[in-house]
Amino acid sequence: MTAVAKNNTIGRASGQPIYLDYQATTPCDPRVVEKMLPYFTEKFGNAHSRTHRYGWEAEEAVEVAREQIAAIIGADSKEIIFTSGATESNNLAIKGVAHFYKDKKNHIVTVVTEHKCVLDTCRHLEQEGFTVTYLPVQANGLVDLAELEAAITDRTAIVSVMGVNNEIGVIQPLAEIGALCRKKGAFFHTDCAQAVGKLPIDVNAMNIDLMSISGHKIYGPKGIGALYVRRRPRVRLVPLINGGGQERGMRSGTLATPLCVGLGEACAIAKAEMGAEAERLRRLQARLLGGLKQRLAEIYVNGDMDSRIPGNLNISFAFVEGEGLMMGIKDLAVSSGSACTSASLEPSYVLRALGLDAEMAHTSIRFGLGRFTTDEDIEYAIDHVTQAVEHLRAMSPLWDMHQEGIDIKSIQWAEH
Amino acid sequence: MSRLAYLDYNAGAPARTEVVAAMAEVLAEPGNPSSVHAAGRRARARLEAARVAIAEMVGAVPAGVVFTSGGTEANNLVLRGCGRARLMVSAVEHASVREVPGVEIVPVDGDGVVDLAALERMLAADQAPALVSLMLANNETGVIQPVAEAARLAHAHGALIHCDAAQGPGRQGVALSGRHGVALSVSLSHLDVDFLTLSAHKLGGPAGIGALVAANPDFSLAPILLGGGQERRRRAGTESLAGIVGFGTAARLIAGDGAAGERARELRDRLEAAVKARVPGAVVVGEAVARLSNTSCVALPGVPSQVQVMALDLAAVAVSAGSACSSGKVGESAVLRAMGLPPNVAGSAIRVSLGWASTEEDVEMFLSAWCDLARRKGFEVRDAAQAA
Repeated sequence: MTAVAKNNTIGRASGQPIYLDYQATTPCDPRVVEKMLPYFTEKFGNAHSRTHRYGWEAEEAVEVAREQIAAIIGADSKEIIFTSGATESNNLAIKGVAHFYKDKKNHIVTVVTEHKCVLDTCRHLEQEGFTVTYLPVQANGLVDLAELEAAITDRTAIVSVMGVNNEIGVIQPLAEIGALCRKKGAFFHTDCAQAVGKLPIDVNAMNIDLMSISGHKIYGPKGIGALYVRRRPRVRLVPLINGGGQERGMRSGTLATPLCVGLGEACAIAKAEMGAEAERLRRLQARLLGGLKQRLAEIYVNGDMDSRIPGNLNISFAFVEGEGLMMGIKDLAVSSGSACTSASLEPSYVLRALGLDAEMAHTSIRFGLGRFTTDEDIEYAIDHVTQAVEHLRAMSPLWDMHQEGIDIKSIQWAEH
Repeated sequence: MSRLAYLDYNAGAPARTEVVAAMAEVLAEPGNPSSVHAAGRRARARLEAARVAIAEMVGAVPAGVVFTSGGTEANNLVLRGCGRARLMVSAVEHASVREVPGVEIVPVDGDGVVDLAALERMLAADQAPALVSLMLANNETGVIQPVAEAARLAHAHGALIHCDAAQGPGRQGVALSGRHGVALSVSLSHLDVDFLTLSAHKLGGPAGIGALVAANPDFSLAPILLGGGQERRRRAGTESLAGIVGFGTAARLIAGDGAAGERARELRDRLEAAVKARVPGAVVVGEAVARLSNTSCVALPGVPSQVQVMALDLAAVAVSAGSACSSGKVGESAVLRAMGLPPNVAGSAIRVSLGWASTEEDVEMFLSAWCDLARRKGFEVRDAAQAA
């Protein structure tokens, strides 16, 4: 694998921390970069220029990319709209559908563990007068299908449920949700930023009407994404951005040809290598979890282990203070939640939704494994985390009490 | 492939070598600028360095710069997000300004310059809070707008003013009777505007990245994209890091390469002089007013624009009929129509635009192919020696 060889600077060789944050972002695959570069220089035409070959060449490249994206989700290339990323795709799908159908329908159903951009969009629509149902999740992070079915009414315009959660990696039952939505006549939108390229998706088999796709979560560039918009039965949208009428009027603005090419190539590679990659990551995931469990007691995996992508582990380390743990594993690039909210010290709303208390939510670490993660990286991570946790627990009076068999939760703390 | 002459810089330009090198490096790195670990912090540092470069180019504070996916998004962001009830935009604005729902159109004169008296009447007619949007230079004709004057009027009436400067940075302006180009100011304070739109791919950076710059970094702008708190809550979404770094690099290169604009001006002037000397029936649009020094909008009355661009393409010369966004639509340009040009001129105009890599040979290839076409269409064409 030349790709891995070229990218080994991502590991320890360069003196950099080991990168285990693949749900925050992925490095561009070198094969993707190689495809993109000519479109910055010799093939720099504006894809909308219809009057000369520079434009045609760019347009052709964009259309090939559109087909590559369509292919990985079983769609037609005419159903793919380029956007600046999954955040824009999510905003466009939900606001666009809500606004277009607002005279007939005024209800939206989503889930409390969705990405912040979905939740913020829904809150904004509530201010505009729409009604939004935020479904809870079960302790394993999965949506309860009976609750979902009960929530959908004849006033429901759109149901938005993500394919894979960005923090805990759980896979929602897309086919079952799609069938429910189709039966009840609501459009089904799914944020698949973390799902595309990680697991097989078919928009027709799963009855998906709109799907958000991200470039930089699948070894493509940042700043590009796509929205799948079903043509039969047709889904219509009010655009967020006007002027120029590109992307069939749904998204104006000059297309960034190199970025489109990069997203297309990233999809093509993911499609070809998904099976083998998932198998390799599943082995690494098992090795990481097994290694940690073997050496540390009182660690808990957040989210379902079966319905989960192999590139994610989210683990709470009991009796350890969260920030202390992050400081103690500085040689690992991991996160304690989504990157968008990294800077905040609030415990993750996703983990709280699973029923974790604030302390357990606060001591969680998200390990994101990916294409360039090696066995050595995993061994190093196991050692490093184990040492840090043992060190912190050695200083913790709570850990001492727990060792002595005292139930911490039963203690009546004196008030001062 | 034989040599091609690319003369469509206002649609898109090749990114400069240094820009591509900077982007290639960033693309290979992991790191989300919002992540707190070292990889994230490195990405953040690159992002903020680019922000400083863009701010310096226009004399803004870095916190005033909001990166967007391009000029179109930046224009939509300010018009939709400024919170002003009235939006007054000139008739020759880019579609991304003109097509925002609810805008009022300010007319232009026959040269394509905004009618300031009409703007003033419109401002005075209603006291509702307003935003005026006036482009720095038109993408199709190169005609430069009196932005500072419009800004004075807008401010006198309590309105905000936005300037779409996508075609500004790195371009020169030529005053009416000026023999030499002068660098077109894109400074917030010189233009006296509240907001500026910038587009990277018009200045040697990559496509897919732009910025809205606010003179007041604390101005409360309602975002189009909701979600993470990126761009100080004005634009959610993981930042397009490679594009932003490319944009910043291009901005720095422009600051150090005033000669590029001068070269484009010399070539454009030579091209226009030859067009007029060799085809006396040709019309140069906007010739009477200040224009971008890299742009020439020339018409061969009665010969449809599409016929010209196709003939030129066969001769390996790339130009356009109007803006690229509307290239797919056959029909005359909204900009030329707003100027009130006779239909046989408006429907027969092509845009020739030059840039940092343009050469004399490009200009010669254009002249040769275009004069041949004019001759075939029955125009009087003088040969080069005769014209000189």
